Amino acid sequence: MTGPSPAPAPAPAPVPVSILPTDAPPDRPARKVAGTKVDLQITEDHHLCPGCGHPVAWRLLLEVIAELDLAGRSIGVVGHGCYTNIVSIADVEFLQCLHGRAPAVATGVKRVHPHTAVFTLQGDGDMASEGLQEVLHAAARGEKLTCIMLNNGVFGDTGGQMTAATVVGQRTKTSLDGREPEAHGYPVPVAELVSHVPGTAYVARGAVNNAGSIAKTKRYLRKAFELQMAGAGFTFVEVLTMCPTGWFVPTSGGPTYMVDTFEKTFPPGELTPS
Amino acid sequence: MTGTAGVAGTTGGTAGVAGAAGATTVLTRGTVTIDRERCKGCELCIPACRPGVLSMSTEVNAIGYRYPVLAPGCTGCQACHAVCPDFVFEVYKFAEPVVLAVLAAPAPTDAPTEEDR
Amino acid sequence: MPAGLLQGSEAVAEAAVAAGCRFFAGYPMLPFTELLEHMARRLPEVGGTCMNAESEIEGVNMVLGAAAAGARAGTGSCGQGIALMQEAIAEAALNEVPFVVFNLARGQQDYFQCTRGGGWGDYRTITLAPKDVAEAVEHTQLLFHLADQYRSPVVMYGDYLVAHTFMSVDVAPRDYGPLPPKDWALDGSLGGTGRSRQIWTWRMGKADRPGAGPDRHWRAVAEKFADAARTEPRHEAHRADDAEVLVVSFGSTAPFVDHVVDELREDGLRVGSFRPITLWPFPEDALAELVELSGCRQVLVYEINAGQMIDDVRLSVGRGVPVRGIGGVSVDDSGMRQGDLLTVEAIRTRVLAAVEEGR
Repeated sequence: MTGPSPAPAPAPAPVPVSILPTDAPPDRPARKVAGTKVDLQITEDHHLCPGCGHPVAWRLLLEVIAELDLAGRSIGVVGHGCYTNIVSIADVEFLQCLHGRAPAVATGVKRVHPHTAVFTLQGDGDMASEGLQEVLHAAARGEKLTCIMLNNGVFGDTGGQMTAATVVGQRTKTSLDGREPEAHGYPVPVAELVSHVPGTAYVARGAVNNAGSIAKTKRYLRKAFELQMAGAGFTFVEVLTMCPTGWFVPTSGGPTYMVDTFEKTFPPGELTPS
Repeated sequence: MTGTAGVAGTTGGTAGVAGAAGATTVLTRGTVTIDRERCKGCELCIPACRPGVLSMSTEVNAIGYRYPVLAPGCTGCQACHAVCPDFVFEVYKFAEPVVLAVLAAPAPTDAPTEEDR
Repeated sequence: MPAGLLQGSEAVAEAAVAAGCRFFAGYPMLPFTELLEHMARRLPEVGGTCMNAESEIEGVNMVLGAAAAGARAGTGSCGQGIALMQEAIAEAALNEVPFVVFNLARGQQDYFQCTRGGGWGDYRTITLAPKDVAEAVEHTQLLFHLADQYRSPVVMYGDYLVAHTFMSVDVAPRDYGPLPPKDWALDGSLGGTGRSRQIWTWRMGKADRPGAGPDRHWRAVAEKFADAARTEPRHEAHRADDAEVLVVSFGSTAPFVDHVVDELREDGLRVGSFRPITLWPFPEDALAELVELSGCRQVLVYEINAGQMIDDVRLSVGRGVPVRGIGGVSVDDSGMRQGDLLTVEAIRTRVLAAVEEGR
């Protein structure tokens, strides 16, 4: 080729990345490794906020019950909060009880049916605020239960007020400038308290902010139920869940907020009963 | 392999950003179905996806939320399924991994090509 | 079968065991404490469980759980402790969980508590007020039956005298007729079958089997109590058919009043007595009819409090015949039981004074 070089071609417009169809199962041979619903789940529909951590915790609980073959002998005692809706969306026997009282109610259930798996599902408002006495006494009695506290540091269902587990600096509807020790005191670490009560066989704190913590939390729940069924004593799992609505953060910011604020006060992991 | 018309995606991960790494194909081990009408647009699946093949749509569903769309490179790791609070995902693992083109085939235009010059 | 001279607390415990009570939980508080102690001794002997709960609130909620699981369950205290149990009693009335609450009260000041209730929502508690240990034994068994029949918490209004008096009683089991099976009770067995059960005051049901919801459910519960109000009133009258003066009392006060009635009849006075056996439902119709048929000219209310049952007496009697309270607050120095007003002398004096003023 002779003659002057041609003018440089304009830079090509960026080409979009290919988008794959996702409205039907794949045509090519494949196996389904995860479905939308788990075995004991009646429906995927619920009214909880975008980005809420509770439904993830529900799913882990139902998976554990099914995997341990406890579906036909489980009784759940559920407190008051957004999570209460599990009693309608799960094919498990449930007693919805008074705020804070679930460990006492569950005690009555378990004493009458000692061979069943009896668990409570409560929020931090339900357990750390209203029901601190109930859970500590149940632990001290060594009741063979699995008490589960979903901890997001707010009363979510009533619009986001402070609970006994709200962390210092956290803004809520009743601590608009952030929880301040002089005015509002300090958060109560329920898992740590339970770990110091004789009668407690297992205590763990999990979280649902990412796939890794979700996998660990499921293991904690599974261990708690296994120990209950082995008659080891009181078992307790706290699960940190996101509440972007109560935290005044965008839904995508929930996991970061949890790691940056909650985990300093409530470190995840298994605690040693002492 | 092109997907749903009218939807553009941009990836945030390593599957092959157009022009950056220069990758034009990616080994794809699985896929997902996405119930776009149930999604509430929380976006938790986007950073959870390990190969980074999920991005949020530009269109909205019937209740006004954007929803995730899938680019080639899914490994079937189920991280999206794990974090999703709305039970939006099914996850599939292919019997055989398949190589897929990362970039969408360009749409035909009237612009002059190199050959025309 | 225990029989013979038994302290009231022990007799009530035996009656509860005879009625099939197999779960009991409570917090010590006199004069209820001995009932808890007897249950702690007896229930393990029959394969049951008695829990010395760490608080009244925990005790009643344990009982709620046991009853929801299908056991015949009971709790109790005196009025001060039952004050703490109000929320759970209301809750059980609204989610239809049956159990028996024993108020072994420090006096007669808890009438409002058991008939008006301190809980929330539209509920009532069928309440029986025995006059002595023998009746308490009968009422204990009847209450377990009524609780199951109406699927609701029910109350015994006893007191210090019922708890501590020794009486020769026979605690044989009584049969009050068939009851529907407790297929609503939770035992876990229907989990995963698509028919799992749910106990919830709001009765929302499952996503694929919606329940009645709070509106329809609470209306149905209210109608159930309206039925009980028609069917369950019980009363006793003594020498009242031709009485000019009718004295109304309840519980332990009634035998004292009846004794005074007998004494005054000896003196030629046409006095009679009436007592509700059910504080709720108060036997309004029976009292109204008695007042009309006897032609009595005044109704005197002798209760050892500032005036609580008198409201129900006035509602029953209307304005045609004067109703006067001639009891009053009266507590002994320990604060555990009625004081000087629970004596034959005091009752006699006050009845005669009222009769005199009424001339």
